[in-house]
Amino acid sequence: MSEEHDHDGGHSHDHGDSHDRDDVRDDGHDNGDGHGDGHDNGDDRGRDDVRGTDRTTDGGSGDGIAGDGGDVTAAAAGADVDAFETPGGGRSLREIVELVGVGLVAALAVGMLAFLALDWLRDAPGATGALAGSWFAGFLVLGEWADFYLGTNVFRHPFVWRAAATGVLIGIVGPIVGAFLVHRQMALIGETLAHTAFAGVAFGMLFIAFGAGLAGGAVAAFGSGGTLLLVALVVSAASAIGLQWLVDRTDSYGDVPIAIVLTGSFAVGTLVISWSREFVAIAIDIEDFLFGSLAIVTATGARLVAVLTVVVVALVVYNYKQFLFITFDERAAHVARLNVDRYNALLIVMTATVVVGAMQILGVILVAGLLVIPVAAASQVARSFRETLYLSVLVGQLAVLGGLAVSIGASLPPGGSIIVIAIGAYLAAVVVSDRDASLSMH
Amino acid sequence: MTPVIDVTDATFSYGETVAVDDVSLRVDPGEFLGLIGPNGSGKTTLLHLMLGLSEPDSGTVSLFGEPAHEFTAGERIGYVGQRAADRGDAMPVTVRETVLMGRFAHAGRARLTDRDREIAAEAMRTVDVDGLADRRVSALSGGQRQRAFIARALASEADVLALDEPTVGIDANSRDRFYDLLDELNAGGMTIVLIEHDIGVLTKHVDTVACINVELYHHGDTVSFLESDALADAYGRSSGIIEHDHP
Repeated sequence: MSEEHDHDGGHSHDHGDSHDRDDVRDDGHDNGDGHGDGHDNGDDRGRDDVRGTDRTTDGGSGDGIAGDGGDVTAAAAGADVDAFETPGGGRSLREIVELVGVGLVAALAVGMLAFLALDWLRDAPGATGALAGSWFAGFLVLGEWADFYLGTNVFRHPFVWRAAATGVLIGIVGPIVGAFLVHRQMALIGETLAHTAFAGVAFGMLFIAFGAGLAGGAVAAFGSGGTLLLVALVVSAASAIGLQWLVDRTDSYGDVPIAIVLTGSFAVGTLVISWSREFVAIAIDIEDFLFGSLAIVTATGARLVAVLTVVVVALVVYNYKQFLFITFDERAAHVARLNVDRYNALLIVMTATVVVGAMQILGVILVAGLLVIPVAAASQVARSFRETLYLSVLVGQLAVLGGLAVSIGASLPPGGSIIVIAIGAYLAAVVVSDRDASLSMH
Repeated sequence: MTPVIDVTDATFSYGETVAVDDVSLRVDPGEFLGLIGPNGSGKTTLLHLMLGLSEPDSGTVSLFGEPAHEFTAGERIGYVGQRAADRGDAMPVTVRETVLMGRFAHAGRARLTDRDREIAAEAMRTVDVDGLADRRVSALSGGQRQRAFIARALASEADVLALDEPTVGIDANSRDRFYDLLDELNAGGMTIVLIEHDIGVLTKHVDTVACINVELYHHGDTVSFLESDALADAYGRSSGIIEHDHP
């Protein structure tokens, strides 16, 4: 057996800083006998987690991965060798970097949400509309300066901002939801819901063509693109419930019925779209839905993503403990009387909404990648589940921002660009991590 | 004294197949019950009925005096499944995060408090995994991992601990250590229901043995169990016992 000297002293991630929204502080202490405080796994208000810092000593020598041949020995108390510990005590460099990263992402998200809110409010009557309009124009001026420095003609246009805002936000919610899916063989569910969303787009076209007054009202309110997206949302959410029911009956997530729903919904979608093209005068390029496109992000689509980001993050923060327990050990959670069915249903409906929102940028075919790959990358190096969540958000954001830059700069599809960068991050994580790459996450 | 678990004439079928047939037994507070039987004998089904995870088709099961499937105080029950039952191999969860899950049923939606964390830390000390608190569960040996799950049950301040073949795939030394821990907990008053296929281990540690193969073949103390024909009846005449002499 190999001896592995444990440098990091072990970290549980319970960080003390709060952002404006939260006023709770929780500083964990190492109380000297080798035991620090545990996690703050409780509910947190607002978008950001309340974090308290925690450092535990994990005694001197410990083995690495132990097989079943014996126990890993770790003396309980011992000198703590933490190469990264800052003189002030408390956080390691690693934790600080992660904190800063997540903070920046949160700030960026808030900025994007503000932009989308202004985009919506500037049509409001009176002083509100005027004020919102002027601030909105301020954002566009920032874009003009960006164009000036970069020599581009891109950032001055609202649609680019909307697409970027959508990207930033799905780069957050995709990994967050994915973290709870991936470990339960539910990545396939994400893919399946994307395909049902595609069928939903197809039905949306039928709806617009034949839905008379109701359809007319929807198109007037949301635009034709927006209407398609909303119908896709309804179809996808309904499919999610149906899928959960199916899974409960077959007791498996990767089974044949799911493969049938996946391929079947896509098949129906292609047929309906081809047929309805003759009746519906919509300038919809199906390729845009399949592969993603910046231009296809409508105002409605972006607002949908804004709303779902806030709702999903709130739900995850509020139900973090329940989601964690059910994902990790469903039977034990059931014994402890957590309502497993309800949380599974909630998770799968959240997945459906995230998939529909993300479909605009990533396309139906690649959207599941944003749920899975950042989480896979984070799992390689993370030392706890909480750290996995933070890191997967960071990787997701890196992939989206990088992918958008490549897409805009080189005129390539955004979906492919984002996923390629995400995979690059995953491979880098595999190289960096000191444990075997686990390609199977079952 | 209200029994912890009271099963009366319980029958449960999966579709056409009868899994548990007219079983009655009682588990008193502080008792250490072992459930044994061949594969497919309904042991797990019976345990699930006892814990209220499913409802019997006929008969009754009560848990702490209430109908088991209506019982809501989930924090009073600790559960340790087989080694492969959790996602610990792939999911980057630490021992501390796992043990803290035992506090979730207490905390509900509220934040975890310092008291919660103290209880979890104490639980980890009791089972001697506190030095491993920040290790990923996947980095532990099988025996350590199962002890961590016991810590979770202790953190939950459970009154009864249910274990379903917890030492499958775990080496003999770890297994002995695991059962010594169960003995200690039982000596401290914990009620334990254990499904175990290794008869030698079972009879060394438990007070009462229930031998089941769809029907109940024996329910009584260990000595009388060994002297009876229950094992042969339950497993079939072609079976026999191989003696291991564990030091």
